[in-house]
Amino acid sequence: MPNERIPDMGSTITIEKPVFNLLLSRLKEEGYLPIGPRVKNETLVYDEIESIDDLPQGYSTKQKPGNFRLVHEKHSRFFDIIPGAQSWKQFLFPSHTELFAMRKNGKSWEISSQPMEPPKYAFIGVRACELAAIQIQDGIFMREDFTDPHYRARRIHAFVISVNCTQPAGTCFCTSMGTGPRVKEEFDVNLTELDDVFVLTIGSEVARRLLAGIPFDDASGYILSNVERKLEHAEHQMTRKLDSSDLPNLIIDHLDHPYWLEIGKRCLSCTNCTQVCPTCFCWDTQDEMSLDGKTTRRNRLWDSCFNPGYSHQAGGNTRPTIYSRYRQWLSHKLGTWKEQFGTLGCVGCGRCITWCPAEIDITEEIAALRNEVNR
Amino acid sequence: MTTKKPTVAVYKFSSCDGCQLSILNMEDDLLDLADAIDIAYFLEATRAQKPGPYDIAIVEGSITTPHEIERIKEVRATAKTVVALGTCATAGGIQALRNFANAEEFARVVYGHPEYLHYLETATPLSEHIPVDLELWGCPVNKAQVIEVIVALLNNRLPNLPPYSVCLECKRRGTICVLVDKGIPCIGPATQAGCGAICPTIGRGCYGCFGPARDVNPGAMATMLRQLERYPGETARLFRGISGYAPTFRTIVDDILPANEEAQ
Amino acid sequence: MTMLATEIVRTHADLLLEPHWAEIKSIIPEAADIATYWIRFVDSDEQEAFRFEPGQFNMLYLPGFGESAISISSDPQDHEKIGHTVRFVGNVTRAVSRLKVGDIVSLRGPFGSHWPMKEMEGKDVFIACGGIGLPPLRPALYHIIQNRDKYGKVTLLYGARTSGDLMFPKEYEDWRKAGIDVEVTVDRGDANWNGRVGVVPMWFYQFRIDPHKTTILTCGPEIMIRFVIFEAMARRVPLDRIYVSLERNMKCGQGSCGHCQLGPYFICKEGPVFRFDELQSFFNVEEF
Repeated sequence: MPNERIPDMGSTITIEKPVFNLLLSRLKEEGYLPIGPRVKNETLVYDEIESIDDLPQGYSTKQKPGNFRLVHEKHSRFFDIIPGAQSWKQFLFPSHTELFAMRKNGKSWEISSQPMEPPKYAFIGVRACELAAIQIQDGIFMREDFTDPHYRARRIHAFVISVNCTQPAGTCFCTSMGTGPRVKEEFDVNLTELDDVFVLTIGSEVARRLLAGIPFDDASGYILSNVERKLEHAEHQMTRKLDSSDLPNLIIDHLDHPYWLEIGKRCLSCTNCTQVCPTCFCWDTQDEMSLDGKTTRRNRLWDSCFNPGYSHQAGGNTRPTIYSRYRQWLSHKLGTWKEQFGTLGCVGCGRCITWCPAEIDITEEIAALRNEVNR
Repeated sequence: MTTKKPTVAVYKFSSCDGCQLSILNMEDDLLDLADAIDIAYFLEATRAQKPGPYDIAIVEGSITTPHEIERIKEVRATAKTVVALGTCATAGGIQALRNFANAEEFARVVYGHPEYLHYLETATPLSEHIPVDLELWGCPVNKAQVIEVIVALLNNRLPNLPPYSVCLECKRRGTICVLVDKGIPCIGPATQAGCGAICPTIGRGCYGCFGPARDVNPGAMATMLRQLERYPGETARLFRGISGYAPTFRTIVDDILPANEEAQ
Repeated sequence: MTMLATEIVRTHADLLLEPHWAEIKSIIPEAADIATYWIRFVDSDEQEAFRFEPGQFNMLYLPGFGESAISISSDPQDHEKIGHTVRFVGNVTRAVSRLKVGDIVSLRGPFGSHWPMKEMEGKDVFIACGGIGLPPLRPALYHIIQNRDKYGKVTLLYGARTSGDLMFPKEYEDWRKAGIDVEVTVDRGDANWNGRVGVVPMWFYQFRIDPHKTTILTCGPEIMIRFVIFEAMARRVPLDRIYVSLERNMKCGQGSCGHCQLGPYFICKEGPVFRFDELQSFFNVEEF
C-alpha cells in the first residue's frame, strides 16, 4: 500500500510511473529546471521536461559505427533509449559562454557585465557512463589548484536522477571501462525502469526531502531481483569490449608506430568525436569587439584537438597533419589522461563510435594497434 | 578609432547581388557600420559616389568576361585592401560549373542570340587575376563574419575566420548530425565553418557553400559519402556545386569521377 | 549528485580569465620586431604583491584582440615594474607593437614552472639560448648575479641570426663584470660583427663542461634546443640536469583549455620549464 512516509537514505522504493510527475513538480517547486531525454524534430536530444509525457516513451535506439537510429517500438517504457549525440556536458560546460563584457573607459576598460546566475538543473536519466563522465569533468574543472567558476556554479546545485541501463546500444562498452551499466554512487535518485513501476534508490538527503509526501512502496525482494536480473542481462548483452589492461602504456610506448598514419588516412578531422565525447573539455576564447571599438565581449567556446587552428602558434602548427591530431586525441583520452587526472578519459559510452561519420571505432583501433605492436 | 574613417567601395562582378544584400540586411548593425566606415562607392545602396583611391574594396562576384578582367585590375589598383565577398569571388561560384563543361554549349541553350555575348570560357575567383587580401566565403556570406572582417580591418588585425569544419558549429549549437542520425549525405565535415550550420539545423545536408575547410581528407570524405548515395554520382554532384571550383573540392570530384564511370 | 553538502573551496576569483589592468611605463626597442615593455599594475597593491620566479610567464591581454603568453624578462627582485620582451608575430603581439607609453593592457599571472635556481646552487651553470630565448633566461641571470657566490662557473652561450638581432647587448659587459662568461655568436656575420659566426650548438666544443657538476638551461628555436640537447648528451651531462623551456599555444595559463598539451603535460602549468628526462619520450615524437 502506498504510504506517506519519507523514504530512508539509501533505501530502495517503487513508485507508480505517473507518480514521477509528482517528483517533477516537487523539483520545479524547489526551483529546479528538469532536463531529460526527449524527441524533437524526430531526433533525440536533452531538453526541458515538463512532464513524464515529454520523455521518449515507446522509443528505442539502434547504434552502430557512424549510424544512429531512433526507432518507435510502441513499447511503454520511458527510458529505453540509449543517449544520443548530446550529453550533460552541454549544461555544465556550455558550448558557448560569455565570460564577461567590457566597456572602454578612457585608456582602460571596465567590466560592464558579468556572468548570469545559471539555472539549477535537475538531470533526469543520467546513465552510469554519463555519471562517470561528470565525475571526470568535476576533476578537470574543480581541481584543487583551479576551479572554473562557470562549471562550479552549474555543477554544485545539479540534482541527478540516474538511470540503470537495461538495454545497451551496439556501440556501448561501459563494462570494459568499469563505469556501467549499473549506477553505483554519486546520484540523488537512481532509477530502474520495470514494465509497471519505477524502482528508485535514494542517494542523498536532498532527494529524501524532495520525495517527502510522494506515494511509494518499499521494493520487494521480487522487485529487487528483477532489477538485478535486468542489469545482468544488460551486462551480458554488451558484446563490444575494449581491453584496457595494457593502457595507457600500449599507446604511450608506441606514439611513433606507423599504425597512427593508417588511422589518419580514414579520419576526416571533422571534430565530431571530441564534441560528442562527454569528457572532452578543450575550449577556446574569442573576443568580439563592436564596430565602434567601445565594447568587447570575451567568449569561451568548445574547441577540439582536430581543429586545424588548435595547435597553431607563432612558430607554425605543432600538429599539421590529420594523423597527428587523431593520435593526440586518442593518446590523451586513453593514455596521458591517466597521469593528468588519475583515470582514463573514456567512460565507454560509445558516442565517438556512433557519431564518427567515417565509422572509426576506438575499440577496434585499440585492438588493431595492439595487434600491430605485438606482431 | 581616432583616425579618419576608412573609405570603403563595394563592387559587383558576375553574381546575384545576394552578398551585397547581406550587408544591407544587417539592420541595426548597418547604422553602426555607416558610423565606422565611409561608404564611398556602393551602387546597391546609394547613388552617391566619391572618387578613389579607397582603403578597402569589397568585391562580390566572379570574373566571367574579358571586360571584368580589366575592371578587377582597376579595382586592385585603387584599393589598399581587397576583400573577396562570397563564394563567387573566392571560388567562382555556381557559374563556375561551366569550367567543367563547354561554355559555348551552355550559351546556346540559355540565350536566343549567343552571338551578342562576350564571355570567358571560365568563371574564376578574383585570386586568379589579382592578389586578394582577405577571402570571405559563403553563398551568401554570413553577416557576423562580414562585421568581424570590418572590425578586424578597422583594428589592423587578422579576422577570426574558422579553419575548422561545419561539424564543430553543428555540435556547438546542439544540432544532431544529419549524416549519422538520418543518413542524409552532408559535406559539412569537409566544409569551412562560418555559416552557423544553417542547413543541418533545419534537417538538410551541408552542400559546401562556404568552401573547403583548411585540412580536408578527400579520400576519406569520398569513401564515407559514397556509401550514403541516394542515386549514382550524388557525392560528385554535392562537391561540384557552389564551391565546386575550389581546388580541394575539385580534387575530390576528380578522384571520384573515374570510379563512377567504371560503375556505369 | 548535488554537491550542496560537499565543502568546495573557492580557490580562484569568480571571473574566469579576469583582467588585471596594468600600464605601460616605458618601451625599449631591442631588435627588429622586438621590444621590451616595462609595465606596472594600475593597482599599486597588486604591483607590490606581484612575485615571480625566473622562467615564468604572464598572459598579456588586449581587449578585442586576445591573450598571448609572454615570458617575464625582468629582475625578480624589482617589485616596481615587470618587463616583457615581446616579438611582434601574432595578432595580439602585433597589436602590442602599436601601443604607446601610458596605454593599458591586462596581465594575468605569473604562470608555470621556473628554472631550477635552488637546485643549481653549488653547481656550474651553462646557459645555451638563441634569439628570443634569452628574455626568459634574463631573470635567471639576474638571480645568479645577485647570488653569485652560490653558483660555480656560469656561462652564457647566446646566438642570434645577425648582430642586430641580439637581445640586451648593452648588458653583456655588466654580466661579464659580475662573473658570467658571456659568449655570443651570430648565424650570419656582417660589417658590424667580428665575433663568432655559426649556430649555438656548433660552439659547444670550445667549452669545458664538467658533466658531474653542470646544469644546462636552454631556450630558443626548437631546432636549436634539439641540437643543444644532443651536444649536452654527447658530453655525458645527465638528462635530469638539462632544463628546457618550451613554447606552445597557451590560452588559459591554468591547465584547463587543453591547447598547450604535450603528452601528459600542460605546458602552461607543468612547463614551460621542464627537466629533460621528464620530457624526452614526448619531445622526440614527431608532430606530437
